[in-house]
Amino acid sequence: MSMRTPLKKVRYLGSAKEGADHFWKQRVTAVANVFLGIFLVWLIVSLVGADHASVKARLANPLIALAILALVISGTIHMRMGMQTIIEDYVHGEGAKIVLLMLNTFFAAFIALTCVYAVLKLSFGA
Amino acid sequence: MAEASSGRGTRARRPLSPHIQIYKWPPAMLMSILHRITGGALYVGTILLALWLISAATGPENFDYVSSWFATIPGKLILFGYTWALIHHMLGGLRHFLWDTGRGYDLKLIDQLSWGTLVASIAITLLIWIGVGFGGA
Ligand code: HEM
Repeated sequence: MSMRTPLKKVRYLGSAKEGADHFWKQRVTAVANVFLGIFLVWLIVSLVGADHASVKARLANPLIALAILALVISGTIHMRMGMQTIIEDYVHGEGAKIVLLMLNTFFAAFIALTCVYAVLKLSFGA
Repeated sequence: MAEASSGRGTRARRPLSPHIQIYKWPPAMLMSILHRITGGALYVGTILLALWLISAATGPENFDYVSSWFATIPGKLILFGYTWALIHHMLGGLRHFLWDTGRGYDLKLIDQLSWGTLVASIAITLLIWIGVGFGGA
């Protein structure tokens, strides 16, 4: 017999109060990453050896820019959650864990912001 | 070798349980570790993508400078590794999707999928790099 109260069952959130949210976001971003990852390989392969002007023109193309933005957003969310799992698996001291989880968020945000800024500048900047 | 003995007489000398270091890794265990390692490598390697985009956004001098680093032998080795990490992690992710549906838990199939992803990821990575002539010599 389950020890859970009916309300607890309905909410189905578990002890972290998040339910399967982490798992689900990891999978949604992973599915997106398959397509966006293939796109990235194609993009870079098609630009091997290209000079700055052509790379700039290509990256400023609206469809390409949107795809890169999607890749950056999906990728940084996915990698932040993945690294969170790794940290939680290996770091057990409460203080070190909190610091590392915070650094993880900072790193993912830094990468996301840098890439988004670059793409926007290529699209809209002079 | 001394026989271990207890009050109840001589005990049979059975093998001790093996330690993790002499434990034969099932392929799925290796793939699980590789999924984590490639995930971590991809994580750090996003710096390269950021560098590339920022250099392209900030003018030809910066772009040429960053590109010249990517074109060195160590640079190419890192990019080659990054390609493999991406492809291998991607194929590993596809395997996870299969498992998420509750399928693919047959032990023999797991072994085949494990070796399959490794062989396929190396093959695809090589094909990509052959396709671009290894970035020019
Ligand atoms: C290309 C398509 C990708 C797919 C299909 C994919 C799929 C997955 C899946 C399913 C997991 C969860 C594994 C688990 O539950 O044990 C995962 C974990 C992870 N992914 Fe990805 N991923 C992709 C791209 C990326 C990229 C681009 C990065 C980094 C920039 C990344 C970083 C990570 C990290 C750090 C983990 C945690 C590893 C672990 O817990 O062992 N992934 N990935």
